[in-house]
Amino acid sequence: MSTLTFARAINAGLRKSLESDPKVVLMGEDIGTLGGVFRVTDGLQKDFGTHRVVDTPLAESGIIGTAVGLAYRGYRPVCEIQFDGFIYPAFDQIVSQVAKMHYRTQGRVKMPITIRVPFGGGIGSPEHHSESPEAYFTHTSGLRVISVSNPQDAYTMIQQAIASDDPVLYFEPKRRYHDKGEVDETAELATALSMEKARVVNTGSDATLVAYGPLVKTARDAALAAADEGISVEVIDLRSLAPIDFPTVEASVRKTGRLVITHEAAQSGGLGAEIAASITERCFNYLEAAPVRITGFDVPYPYSKLEMHHLPDLDRILDGVDRALGRRNSLSGLEG
Amino acid sequence: MLTDEVGKGATSASRPAYSADNPLRSGGSLIQLITPRGERISHPEFDVWVKDVSDEQLGSLYEDMTVIRRIDAEATALQRQGELALWPPLLGQEASQIGSSRALREDDFVFPSYRESGVAYVRGAELAEIAKVWRGNASYGWDPQRIKLATPQIIIGSQSLHATGYAMGIQHDGADSVVMAYFGDGATSEGDVSEAMVFAASFQAPVVFFCQNNHWAISEPVRLQSHVQIADRPNGFGIPSMRVDGNDVLAVLAATRVALDRARKGGGPTFIEAVTYRMGPHTTADDPTRYRDPNELEDWAAKDPIARLKALLDSKGLLTEQLEAKVQAKADAVAAEFRAGCIDMPDPAPLDVFNHVYSTPNSWIERQKDHYSRYLESFSGSAEEGAL
Repeated sequence: MSTLTFARAINAGLRKSLESDPKVVLMGEDIGTLGGVFRVTDGLQKDFGTHRVVDTPLAESGIIGTAVGLAYRGYRPVCEIQFDGFIYPAFDQIVSQVAKMHYRTQGRVKMPITIRVPFGGGIGSPEHHSESPEAYFTHTSGLRVISVSNPQDAYTMIQQAIASDDPVLYFEPKRRYHDKGEVDETAELATALSMEKARVVNTGSDATLVAYGPLVKTARDAALAAADEGISVEVIDLRSLAPIDFPTVEASVRKTGRLVITHEAAQSGGLGAEIAASITERCFNYLEAAPVRITGFDVPYPYSKLEMHHLPDLDRILDGVDRALGRRNSLSGLEG
Repeated sequence: MLTDEVGKGATSASRPAYSADNPLRSGGSLIQLITPRGERISHPEFDVWVKDVSDEQLGSLYEDMTVIRRIDAEATALQRQGELALWPPLLGQEASQIGSSRALREDDFVFPSYRESGVAYVRGAELAEIAKVWRGNASYGWDPQRIKLATPQIIIGSQSLHATGYAMGIQHDGADSVVMAYFGDGATSEGDVSEAMVFAASFQAPVVFFCQNNHWAISEPVRLQSHVQIADRPNGFGIPSMRVDGNDVLAVLAATRVALDRARKGGGPTFIEAVTYRMGPHTTADDPTRYRDPNELEDWAAKDPIARLKALLDSKGLLTEQLEAKVQAKADAVAAEFRAGCIDMPDPAPLDVFNHVYSTPNSWIERQKDHYSRYLESFSGSAEEGAL
């Protein structure tokens, strides 16, 4: 075991993938000499060379489009999109090419491309640096979408993403990059928990609280605070956003009868809606109350002086737990 | 069929060397070796690149062009008869497609747009495979890795980046294969084509951008896409270019050989503008009479790529009855095989809609597949049970 920051854990995972598979190639803006604006790729170009760790021109569609060609040739590209809000120029290549190539060719051409996306807010940045665009991609068939919440998963799941023969969007919570955690660098991929599986990170019996990425820590803190009031909250770290591990969520809701979902992304058409609908379909009779969503608002990501209002925090999450439990909450007495 | 002797015979020992310092582009002149009337004219730089083309090979180029025109006519007929959902005709672009693809080696890789059925034929796609996408039986026809030809690309210009990335992979591998990206004049307005040129130039990737300027992007004339000649644009990216008569199969062959040779020797990307004309509609769903002056079509009919090669063959005494009969027989046989392959193609099974979205089973899709399969099964035997 070693103690690593989130960013170093991803770096260690990338290093291991570069060592174990000569077809792995890293591509992105400023990832080489600089080591990335968050230093996630620090030192990798020096150790693996400019052919394996490629500083690309500033063209996101170009990064993903050339990665498609490299994948055609048998390479396993790992692309860094510098910030969440910079991914849209590449949207066409991701949605029309990366996601559909396997289906288009009925499996003759695989797209083992990993797209790393630092995402989410809370770092006081200007516009376009704090977004949560995951639902655009979970809505796109052909992509796998995962989000990591702790250094150990960051280390393991980046390797699982790279090893996957399908394209994976790997969402990294940038405000957690400096959080430290224990990482077992000897852990074998073969025996690790599948990246498609959710994980129950706090067991509880009164309500199920589903989170992913940056809000897993907030959700766990909320569960601790709830415990002080005698409320037992089960926290699930979703890990995989497409596909979602519904059996794990369903098993929890069958036990607790209450469901709260939290994410930084805007509410309407978001993952919370999909989880609420799917769990309602799967185990309606076990629900004691309507599912509750605690999310970012349906607004463009606000300027940084306002972001604390936009981002779900511990208190807003607890307010949602109270609502799910029928306890007094900020919307008590309000119909619908 | 793939890369016949015309391609394999290409060596560069005695040919002019081109480099980024010695751009191919000079004064906007159109490279032409055969005039519209079928006269072979000499060219100081490009003659040497086709001097190995024998009389027999000239006949074989004529055969390929005639055959793909016949495939095109057969496909259009099949669409009219309801056997193909859609077809994008290549009529008028035979010299561009045959001249360029015959210059390729077997290990070269091609990223086409959706109109390169002639290229697919030369690369060795089976005829039914060419029909498959347009019948709606699949989104792919041939196995891209088998014949080193990507599937038809419908998003305009997207494949220029794939070609560049593949070429970067060739560089990593230390191989001397080259990638060819086909696109049209409309695609040059797409950001992806510009980004592809940036990447290709910065990494000196072994890729040839082959732009068939057929003058029309559905209803939009080329002047709307580019305020300058298309061949002038790559130079700003540091990519040398050539402007070639796209209805002259020899000129296209020569220009493509020059570009491939540069790339193979580590000289980086080259851009070819093949000036040709889309004689037919954009697709069988299009009606060019709504936007095109019929006189323009007449002007281009006088520059027909097959007619001029035929005239050249005739002037050389090569257009024998024997050759005509052979080419006719081949075109007839190919057309018949294309038609049969199209009509006899089995329909996909309903549950195939779920297959190959991912390389491994996916829990969401498996569940929907299971539910849809139960839904389909719910119809079996319902007649006997009667109304409930």
